[in-house]
Amino acid sequence: MSFPVLTVILLAPVIGALIAVFIPKEESKIIKAVAGVTTFISLILTIIIYIIYYTQHLAVGGFAFTEDIPWVTDLGVVYSLGVDGFSLPMLLLTNIIGFTAVFSRSWSVEKRAKEFYILLLILITGVMGTFVARDLFIFFLFYEVVVIPIYIMVIIWGSGSKTKAVTKEYAGMKLTIFLLIGSAFLLAAMIWMYMEAAGLRGAPTFDIATLASLSSQFSGWFQIVVFGMMAFGFTCLLSMFPFHSWSPDGYAGAPTAVSMIHAGVLKKIGGYGLVRVGLFILPIGAKFWAPWIAILAVANVVYAALICLAQKDMKYVVGYSSVSHMGFVLIGMASLNIIGLNGAVANMFGHGVMSALFFSMVGYIYGATKSRYIPDLGGLAHQMPIAATGFVVAAMASAGLPGLVSFVPEFTTFVGAFSVPALRIPAIVALTGVVLGAVYVLRMVANVLFGPRKEEWDHVEDIKGSYMIPVVVLIIFIVGFGVFPSLLMDMVNSGLEPIAAKLAEVTAASAGQIGGNL
Amino acid sequence: MIDFALHNAWLIPLLPAIAFLLIVLVFRPLPKASAFVAITAMLISFILAIHVGIGVIQAGDAFVEHPLKYAVTWFEMSGLKIEMGVQIDPTSAMMLFVVALVASLVQIYSLGYMHGDPGFANFFAYLSLFAMSMLGLVIAPNLLQMFVFWELVGLCSYLLIGFWWHKYSAREAAKKAFITTRTGDFGLLLGILLLQINFGTLDLQELGRMIPNFTEYTTLTLGGLTAIAAILFLGPIGKSGQFPLHVWLPDAMEGPTPVSALIHAATMVVAGVYLVGRTLILFKTVPGAMAFVAFMGAFTAMFAASIAITQTEMKKILAYSTVSQLGYMMLALGAGSLTASMFHLMTHAFFKALMFLGAGSVLHAMHNEANIWKYGGLKKYMPITYWTFLIGCLAIAGIFPFAGFFSKDLILEVVWAASTLSGHAHGPFQGLYTVLYIMAAVTAMMTAFYMFRMFFICFHGELRDKHAHPHESPFSMALPLVVLGFLSVVGGLVGWPGLGEGKAFGYFVRLGEFEVVHANWFLIISSTVLALIGIGGAMAVYLKGAISHEAIAKKFAPLYKLSFNKFYIDEIYLWLIHNVLDGLGKLLWWVDLKIVDGIVDGVGQGAKITGSSLRRIQTGQLQQYALILFAGIVILVIIMGFADTSLAKLSLLGGVR
Repeated sequence: MSFPVLTVILLAPVIGALIAVFIPKEESKIIKAVAGVTTFISLILTIIIYIIYYTQHLAVGGFAFTEDIPWVTDLGVVYSLGVDGFSLPMLLLTNIIGFTAVFSRSWSVEKRAKEFYILLLILITGVMGTFVARDLFIFFLFYEVVVIPIYIMVIIWGSGSKTKAVTKEYAGMKLTIFLLIGSAFLLAAMIWMYMEAAGLRGAPTFDIATLASLSSQFSGWFQIVVFGMMAFGFTCLLSMFPFHSWSPDGYAGAPTAVSMIHAGVLKKIGGYGLVRVGLFILPIGAKFWAPWIAILAVANVVYAALICLAQKDMKYVVGYSSVSHMGFVLIGMASLNIIGLNGAVANMFGHGVMSALFFSMVGYIYGATKSRYIPDLGGLAHQMPIAATGFVVAAMASAGLPGLVSFVPEFTTFVGAFSVPALRIPAIVALTGVVLGAVYVLRMVANVLFGPRKEEWDHVEDIKGSYMIPVVVLIIFIVGFGVFPSLLMDMVNSGLEPIAAKLAEVTAASAGQIGGNL
Repeated sequence: MIDFALHNAWLIPLLPAIAFLLIVLVFRPLPKASAFVAITAMLISFILAIHVGIGVIQAGDAFVEHPLKYAVTWFEMSGLKIEMGVQIDPTSAMMLFVVALVASLVQIYSLGYMHGDPGFANFFAYLSLFAMSMLGLVIAPNLLQMFVFWELVGLCSYLLIGFWWHKYSAREAAKKAFITTRTGDFGLLLGILLLQINFGTLDLQELGRMIPNFTEYTTLTLGGLTAIAAILFLGPIGKSGQFPLHVWLPDAMEGPTPVSALIHAATMVVAGVYLVGRTLILFKTVPGAMAFVAFMGAFTAMFAASIAITQTEMKKILAYSTVSQLGYMMLALGAGSLTASMFHLMTHAFFKALMFLGAGSVLHAMHNEANIWKYGGLKKYMPITYWTFLIGCLAIAGIFPFAGFFSKDLILEVVWAASTLSGHAHGPFQGLYTVLYIMAAVTAMMTAFYMFRMFFICFHGELRDKHAHPHESPFSMALPLVVLGFLSVVGGLVGWPGLGEGKAFGYFVRLGEFEVVHANWFLIISSTVLALIGIGGAMAVYLKGAISHEAIAKKFAPLYKLSFNKFYIDEIYLWLIHNVLDGLGKLLWWVDLKIVDGIVDGVGQGAKITGSSLRRIQTGQLQQYALILFAGIVILVIIMGFADTSLAKLSLLGGVR
């Protein structure tokens, strides 16, 4: 058996957490360094396997770097990992954000730093695990690992807001309950699928590929019901309207690192699961629900973008904007064709790095000024030019500027959506999000960064030292993938082709069958 | 060298891009070195652009029908392939020349103008980024590449308008510019998507081949294609400052003056015209869209001129004049003439850049005092600026033999021709073109008037501000003025009537067959007379003082106020944004807080209340538990007594097991 690179990537942060346990809590700098080094190891390994996959496996497609160790044989659970063109970008995203989140700034983390970094490392491992799992049980296990640290981190290191009567405890509780309710539905759907598959093939399995190979044998109504449950669970996580309200509160309440990870990658588990599990295993169910998802996706885009206009708290602006951007992801998925899916998944990546940079800059400014209230701020580019640069890059990426990471995904998404006649009107409405998106980010940029110097902020320091890491690393990826989009799109395309092929098959098999089963 | 330039035209945008990266990453702490890097890269690009131009001219009309194209795949998947590349034909070669020329001159000019500014290195970085984006736009072989660079020039415009971001006005103007053009880009992107969906390609040549026979390739109707063209045109409306999205362009004058000259007069704002020119075949296929473009152009030309007449800042007047001239270019396109539009684009780039740089020179001399009524008599303090500015004014007024004369006359001629063509060319809209011709001719007179109004107020009479000490600008600023002045004099000669194949501007830059331009003496004389009336009027009012301008303003007070306040369009937009858009935002936020969140919290509260009421049962008192137990037994017995046996059996069984 070859070198278990994925396990090493998963374990590096865990080992970091274990080391951190034995470091005295006064040595917060050393703990931070340990966290940085271990996440950096994961990042480098991920980049290496990304390059290997891109250069060697892309033509063939399928999973690479697989590991299979039977775990709970009675239940058919296998510790099986592997990455393909779909999961690798997500894994890369996790590692980029995990590594940079360690060096983000939250003033609240200055106390109890040790516990914070230990939880952060566990969180990062959990998120990575969901993307490399090929077994549904393992996927779910890692997903549950994620929820607990998030809750603790929000209620201990979080903060309230000046514009909304929300405490960090409320925000943390709301976020956790939403995710748990969603995951309850997921668990039920998963077990049902497991039982159904056991009946069909004789032996139980959680293996995603095996389950997907059975999808033509799953009956239509079964697919519709189970996909519905799954879609509820996953879209709660993806903050689809009207299940989004945890997200702005949660991001606003959370410390910077958690906001970065949550908005950047954790949310994407919803999208990832919806495609990998939902669309792949239950294509008929997906076809049934797609129009509803598309309509709610439009609500996401426009509704959240308009709400952004009314926000005075920086974190709420970014929080609602991330809800708005998820609408683009959902509408791409609802198109159910390869172009739309590529756009949706690439959008998840693009939004990930962009929102991580955004939250990191907002968090830095909050850390330095102790204020997120936009009317209090202003002219900060005088005192912190580097933070201002990062902020403007993030804002431009958020507005979908070409040459930055999110333009090509958005364009592709819309090409995909427009090629479905039924989605044209929703897509046109969603396209207004492009204009509204520019309005709210530029307003924030103008009111926070530009304008006359305010003396009260003369004491704040610009980004320097290890705080530079998020700015530099994230900008490199935002610009790099923006200028050379094929680095991302080829990868995503190879990973999604089997899924899209399946959906095309179902479409070709005519809608009559669904009608019959209903 | 010519061959090298033709086949490696991608270097032209790449060099400024490298300069941008070098400045940002390396040279930023060294202002002088940054400027040196930027200008060197720009000049090499300019030399390459000249060679491309020579190569295209030498090739005769070879490139007109079959442009030279090099492209690589940018990204691709099944059913969607997007390229990045270079398309060289006479139109793009002409644009390359104009953009590279003006960009080079403006960068040299900025050496003097921006001297001592704390953001000197940044300024050159942004100018390089802009040059890269604009040149990339010009050579784009497909619409998506065009859109990519279109947005990037928008970014540069944002950064450069807001260059002095510590001023409220600059920051707001930058934001306004980006958002207003974005509003138009919504349409452009939608149009591009619709073309991609229907034709399966965005390549300009492919589209040019398919669109005239669109019924063969698509299921579109004529109305559908017209809609696509009209939606696509929203982008140019925003970028080229056409009514009603012109509002950002005058505010954009908050940027440093070299920026206004380069971006907001000569190059970026003409991108909209250029885009329509590149896709003119689409508009030509649907007469309705043509009439729409022509009408928007003519209306904008006249509308902006009517505002320019009453403004009191040099740069504002020039900005409205730019809007007006862009309207002319659109009008020419709407009349079906790529040649006239591109010709005017070129001459306008010369004389408007000249006038902006001249205005910058004046502002420099007057320490950024903007009000023209504070100037006066500047002729004797700054002779180079005075004479070059006069050339610019004569050119824009359309006086023979200056550049604007030829291009403006050509536009009038094509519009006139469109109105007199026999029926079929413009279908039911033929009558419209007669009206448009009259509008264009009247606008020509207004142009001459407002330009010379400004000219006489600024340069003649006595200096009104007694504290000012105007002086001529340094060499780096004077040189571009002289070069542009020269081009504003001779630049129009390439459009001399009667020039034949291989010589005339229209032989190279055209869509369709080449036709030799013949002098139409009626049009030439009438437009010259109108221009002279305009100049004469300005002379009578502002030079001789024969008629008091204050008296005129008083007499037509309502009109004067409308014009001076720009027809209150900004106020209308502001009202809409503050009340409708922000109101909607606040309303939806309320909905989110009270209804969506309310339901969520309600569910939570419900669980809490249920819990706390159920908690009361758990009292811990044995007597109570015994009581409840007893009550339960009584109820069970009653049920068993009254219910039928099957049910009783069931409950008994449950108890026993």
